[in-house]
Amino acid sequence: MTTPITSLAAFALFTVLTATVSQGQSLTISNWDGYMAPDAIAKFTAETGNAAELVLHATNEEIMGKLIASGGEGYDVVFVSSPFAEILHNLGLAETLDHAKIPNLANLYPEATKLAHDPGNTFSLPYAWGTTGLCYRSDLMAAAPTSWNDLLSPSAEVTGKTTMLATDRWLLGAAFLANGMSVNDTDEAALAKVRDTLIAAKKTLLAYDDTTFYAKLVSGEAVLTQAWDGWCNYGIGENADIKYVIPSEGSDLWVDTMVIMTGSENKDAAYAFVNYILDAGNHRWAAENILYKVPNKAAMEGLSPDLLAQFTNMAIAPADLLKYEQLRDVGDAQRAYSRVVTEVMASR
Amino acid sequence: MDSPARRNLMLLIIGVTFAFLYIPISVLIGLSFNEGGMPTAWTGFSFKWYGELFRNADILNAGLNTLIVATCATALATILGTLLAIGVEIRRRRGRALEALIFAPMIIPDIVLAIALLSFFSLLKVPMGLHTIIVAHVVFNLAFVCAVVRARLKSFDWSIVEASSDLGASAFTSYRRIVIPVLAPAIIAGALLAFTLSVDEFIIAFFTAGAGRASTTLPMQIYAMIRFGVTPEINALATLVIGVSVTALALAQRLNKGGLPGQ
Amino acid sequence: MRPGVMPPGRSGLNNAMNSRSSTILIAPALAWLTALMVVPCVLILALAFFRRGIYGGIDYTFTLENLALVFDPLYGSILLNSARIAGIVVVIACTVGYAAAYAIATLPRAWQPILLFFAVLPFWSNYLIRTYAWMVLLNREGLITQLARWMGYKGEMPQLLYTEGAVILGLVYSYLPFVILACYAPLSRLNPEIAEASQDLGASGWTTFRRITLPLTLPGIAVGAVFVFVLSIGNFVTPALLGGGQFQMIGNVVYGQFLTANDWPFGAALSMVLIAVMMVLLLLQTMAVERGTRADG
Repeated sequence: MTTPITSLAAFALFTVLTATVSQGQSLTISNWDGYMAPDAIAKFTAETGNAAELVLHATNEEIMGKLIASGGEGYDVVFVSSPFAEILHNLGLAETLDHAKIPNLANLYPEATKLAHDPGNTFSLPYAWGTTGLCYRSDLMAAAPTSWNDLLSPSAEVTGKTTMLATDRWLLGAAFLANGMSVNDTDEAALAKVRDTLIAAKKTLLAYDDTTFYAKLVSGEAVLTQAWDGWCNYGIGENADIKYVIPSEGSDLWVDTMVIMTGSENKDAAYAFVNYILDAGNHRWAAENILYKVPNKAAMEGLSPDLLAQFTNMAIAPADLLKYEQLRDVGDAQRAYSRVVTEVMASR
Repeated sequence: MDSPARRNLMLLIIGVTFAFLYIPISVLIGLSFNEGGMPTAWTGFSFKWYGELFRNADILNAGLNTLIVATCATALATILGTLLAIGVEIRRRRGRALEALIFAPMIIPDIVLAIALLSFFSLLKVPMGLHTIIVAHVVFNLAFVCAVVRARLKSFDWSIVEASSDLGASAFTSYRRIVIPVLAPAIIAGALLAFTLSVDEFIIAFFTAGAGRASTTLPMQIYAMIRFGVTPEINALATLVIGVSVTALALAQRLNKGGLPGQ
Repeated sequence: MRPGVMPPGRSGLNNAMNSRSSTILIAPALAWLTALMVVPCVLILALAFFRRGIYGGIDYTFTLENLALVFDPLYGSILLNSARIAGIVVVIACTVGYAAAYAIATLPRAWQPILLFFAVLPFWSNYLIRTYAWMVLLNREGLITQLARWMGYKGEMPQLLYTEGAVILGLVYSYLPFVILACYAPLSRLNPEIAEASQDLGASGWTTFRRITLPLTLPGIAVGAVFVFVLSIGNFVTPALLGGGQFQMIGNVVYGQFLTANDWPFGAALSMVLIAVMMVLLLLQTMAVERGTRADG
């Protein structure tokens, strides 16, 4: 009875020691699954001699919760969407970037250095960007959708076969745009209008879905969905009848970024890593394999024309992208947004 | 009701319940052999996803970590929870505060416990790793074990213990040789409960883990991979976990031929 | 007074040893809980009295506005709705779970741990995988539909997934083994021979059950009900996936405050009230169970 206990205790002690020791020495990078090349870390280590480790996070919210509660301890580089990079900066957790250490910055489009959330890339580097629009089965719809209202007040043929994004800001975004407002509007009356629009829309929805809506399109369970352009491409890849369109009222420009944590103990290695990612060839991997647009001019220019022909939303010019508004952190008004979403989700 | 009919009714109840419990399991086992990647169509039988799985060092690493965490957390929680249960049940006066304290871990929303522990550890500059996950898991596990064991203790026949003490046995001996063996089925039930809770727990593990591969558990890994829906590779993993567990049980049965506790 | 069962609180040991034994036994667990639950949680829940900083940090000015906001009808209605769904789940899970635990307890002793093991084994896979498996079964073009078509059903299938029923099914499924384990604990005392003896003496199966078995095992049902209720009410993954995000449970709201809204003070206030409400319910339930176990005989 005692031997299993003592060996268990010894084993536990062993794991404690190994876990604590291994952390300080190599670079810890947190990213979404499949967002970088599988051999990116290995190649990086081979090229620069810096040991590195990739850990995954499933959503922005979860990694942010962990970073805020622990002050970013243990993490060196994190990939988060732009509103969250803003929050990290406002809380003093994002390192102010020394551009001298990131020569590959020159690869970026000029537009990518003038992003609203971080003009001049002082604390974040854009990794991927794109739009939010409508992803639909052209063979199952009589006419192609042209407006957000086609989703929010659907016709009979489409009712019960629509989905919307579950993430707060994008869910609200569709209603803001449909009502001709800014996606960062914080006015009370505007929010009331948005709430009513979304509560009405909920009655015709199949489900709120962030991740498997394209599978629903492929199977025909859903016909018209709110989607990020990159995600829609996965559906297009499976079924050529699936198409993506940006509604006439507009879209938002989403940007996923890389941030170096102020508490990092391996800042030089962290700079080497973000520089490595911004290399044309390395960055192109993202575009070719996860079908997202990257803000890297050198990378995008090397893309094959066939790819751009199949996935037309990848060919949009950066100048056009910047016509759309980015989601910004709205400070105190976040509480009001949160409340509206709760009211919508709880309505029956 | 006479015996054979009653026996058949019992077997029917068990049969129906277990059929219900294993419906999605059969689906996921089946899908793990599906040639194609999407669950919407069967395209042929294949072992390829199992091959993919074995080549995925991240999943195997996470699986091992989960096993370590669950085993240690269960062991600690079972001991602490059982002692707590016995200690509480022999008390003459149990204050509301004590009861509340024992219920609290079950009631506190896990996101609150997760953030509270991470902030606390961060404040005290405690190095994080698998050990902090274990420590966090014991907090709620011990409450569940305690509750299950107490349910058995409420109908416990203490007169045996009184007799034993009248005959000169010390308190310790009485507990060790009388109380624990009788409680054994309940303790096993509690331990199974704790293990099941730990093995599949995500939020608290995510927050109290260190930042690194060395402290990534399987639920953390799978939640992150689920972006694109469940790949057959993950289904293969689930199938393997079940297969390995059944094999472990069969081995334990062979080794334990002398009899199971509670007999 | 049932033979052999002492009133709660009196053990076979004399009083002095009793309280000393009790303190020694409960000390380690209480120390653990105090250091690793009470202290951290009090620190976080205390944030309820401060304001959310502009950028999501904490602004340390004292305020009661968060607590006031909790009593807004919106959150009350979500809590009631969650409690309603959790209540339905409890009733179904406890009925099925108790029946299964009872059946297991009537089988030969050697089989019992094995059956318990197989009852929890599905839950050593992964929560998300199992939930996705249910989605594969229940969706409009899913396996159940295909089965129905194969059996000849030609009409339009009712919507199974993304309904409240699907959420309830998912929750019952997830927590059924916990109820089985909880109910099994007191049932393990059952000697299959007692029931037979009682019947030999002329009592019907139902009477035996009602006057001996049920009171004996009431604590197990109570514990199982608590597990299911508490776990269901805080669950946010099942409503999000099987419900298509259309059913907001209080678990979603709390999670959302801490993570999505980055509003720890309000999240803390909401949690405080939730914990208080649940604590009162649980303490009432404990008193009811004690009375129920004692009153018999």
